[in-house]
Amino acid sequence: MTKSVKSGAVTTRRGALKTLGIGAGAATLPLWARYADAQSSAPIKIGFQVHRTGIGAAYGRWYDRTTTAAAKMINDNGGINGRMVEIIAEDDGTDPKRGAEVVEKFATQYNCDVGFGTLFSHVVFGSAPRAGELKLPYFVVSEGHHVASGALNRYTLQPGITDVKSQVQAMAPFVASNLGKKVTMIFPDFAFGHDHRDFFTAAIEAQGGQVLEHIAIPPTETSFTRYFPKIPRDTEVIYHVMVGPAVLTFVKELGEFFGPSRPELFGFIDSLEAVDIGSAGLEFLDGTYFWEGNPRYAQENQSEFDKAYRAAVGVDDNGASLSDSKDIATYSHMFGCWETLNIIKRGMEASGYAGPDDRASLIEAVEAMSDMPHSLEHPQGAKRFNGKTHQTFGHQYITRVTDGKLILAHTTSIEDTLYPDEVDYTTQSF
Amino acid sequence: MEFGPYLMLASLEGAVTTAVLSLTAVGLSLVFGVMRVVNVAHGEFFMLGAVLAWWIASAIGGMGGNPALGFVIALVLAPLVVGSIAAVADLTILSRIDYDPERTIVATIGLLYIMQQVTLMTYGPDARPVEAPFNARIALPWVEFADGRPQIYWPWGFGTTTYKLGVIVAAAIVLLGVWFVMARTRIGLIMRATQLDRDMALAFGIPVGRVYAFVFGLGAGLAALAAVLVVPIQQAHYLMGGDPLLLSFIVVIIGGLGSLPGTVLAALLIGMSDGIISVFFSPTLAKIIATLLVALVLVFRPQGLFGTRATR
Repeated sequence: MTKSVKSGAVTTRRGALKTLGIGAGAATLPLWARYADAQSSAPIKIGFQVHRTGIGAAYGRWYDRTTTAAAKMINDNGGINGRMVEIIAEDDGTDPKRGAEVVEKFATQYNCDVGFGTLFSHVVFGSAPRAGELKLPYFVVSEGHHVASGALNRYTLQPGITDVKSQVQAMAPFVASNLGKKVTMIFPDFAFGHDHRDFFTAAIEAQGGQVLEHIAIPPTETSFTRYFPKIPRDTEVIYHVMVGPAVLTFVKELGEFFGPSRPELFGFIDSLEAVDIGSAGLEFLDGTYFWEGNPRYAQENQSEFDKAYRAAVGVDDNGASLSDSKDIATYSHMFGCWETLNIIKRGMEASGYAGPDDRASLIEAVEAMSDMPHSLEHPQGAKRFNGKTHQTFGHQYITRVTDGKLILAHTTSIEDTLYPDEVDYTTQSF
Repeated sequence: MEFGPYLMLASLEGAVTTAVLSLTAVGLSLVFGVMRVVNVAHGEFFMLGAVLAWWIASAIGGMGGNPALGFVIALVLAPLVVGSIAAVADLTILSRIDYDPERTIVATIGLLYIMQQVTLMTYGPDARPVEAPFNARIALPWVEFADGRPQIYWPWGFGTTTYKLGVIVAAAIVLLGVWFVMARTRIGLIMRATQLDRDMALAFGIPVGRVYAFVFGLGAGLAALAAVLVVPIQQAHYLMGGDPLLLSFIVVIIGGLGSLPGTVLAALLIGMSDGIISVFFSPTLAKIIATLLVALVLVFRPQGLFGTRATR
């Protein structure tokens, strides 16, 4: 009792002063809070939905590193409209339900200006409707065709990475003219794999080829040998694309199944993203071809932009982390985070973005974009954004495994990847 | 591929699944049989075994050692380390909650998440391979009748690897070892005594607490051993414990809780049917049938195929 009386007596004078000071500060709070909203001091908050856990975790880690590097570059160059960028990362567990909750947290709890970053298509599908309802611009980096197919909404955009349909379509001429016309496809049995199945089958038929057999494998499968007997004997090319933690098993068992006499192999690098090409059991891949979104190994004709981008993210010339040569990047996908953040920056600058009230004009500003030249902001290559379908188009790379490295064999033009619009989001109201 | 070789290939794949599954499930079954607790963290001990195997193998490889040497050391060391972790978990957690069935389930779920997330935080989200000590591809011949006489030929893609055969053999040896320990040694006798009647065993001076810790460690060690065997085929990944846990539960329920022969037979049934049904029909159907089998067993023979009906 006496103690509290004593301490009370001591704090009387100073305490009163402090209280006054706090009171004075609090009184002005609405003023500077308003000032922050309308003017420049508060950071621009970008909600980053990241696959930190779950089956997308290997991608999430590199998306995280790329995003951090891109935000640093933007901030080092003065931020956006004079405001710093703050990345608010939240794990979605590679889970659609959790993804929608994360989007909700961005919009209501953190008061983010935009949401950004999702890769796995089922998470995009789960989250995009909520983003639309909450009117939160949602920039995905997923390569799914769902944005351009018209299945989503005006608030969802994919300006920084090309979609499966355009990638697959651009591969067909190369496969048909260099590898063979009788193709067997092996793909995961969910939306991403079905996109491959549908678009490649159509594209190879347009080249005069045919798909002999479609082999769909459940995404949770861990053992693959038992699927391979379905491959018809007259197959000339095997087209494979797998995702998830078991990809290395898949490729190894494919090699063990064929032994010395294999047909030509054409794979999407997704089958080996974040996996070392030098891993034991992958020797048989020598001489096979891969689609790459962005070549993992620094090529002979490496651009200065790729060089600077690699250094900024911390990736060496073999596509591994600078600090750990066993830590392989998801190099074909993660550039999308870098480019998307730069597009958000340009969109905010073009629309004079000041706060959440300007979200609609931000989307209109991005929709107005078209050609984006090869630059440090777009180290993967030039892009052509289609404002109506909210989807970007760009160059695709085909590399050949040569002495344990992926060496560039062919670069497609942007025109190879174009297809007719399937939706016009600009006609939807905000 | 023709039907015959195709079926043979599916059976070979099923046999590998069976080998790994029976080791994992026997571990779970031992723990349940002796301690009467359900260990939900069993799959994470499996995962831990695989991750440790990677760590050990890459450490040996990093020192310039032979990959085969790294694998052999992992084969010995990983189950011991995982077993010790499990024994410590038993002494510090499960014994404190008195092996109460419900609380044990909650506690082991907690262990599951702790192990999974610690692995994610330290080992990371990658699937990492361990090099097999030996791995040669064997092309298998097949016999067909042509022109009225049998002829041997080598079907395209019909083969297996020496390592897969090695896994099957190794699993069989370990299972025989477990049987030998349970049936023919003093420690096995003590475990069986504890299983039959805990109080009576205690009255006869058996240190039941230590037996429990040993059994819990042994169960986890078997799971880890199975994982070390499988890690050159599948990679070590922090989420890999889910499937073995589910399948082990299915196997243990079908085989009869606490019965080793029942567990092995059920593993054979589930492993082979999974291999064959998923090849000729669909993997989903294989899972449906396995789950249906569990339901039927629970309805018509709740003690499992080989279980003895509880006398209480």
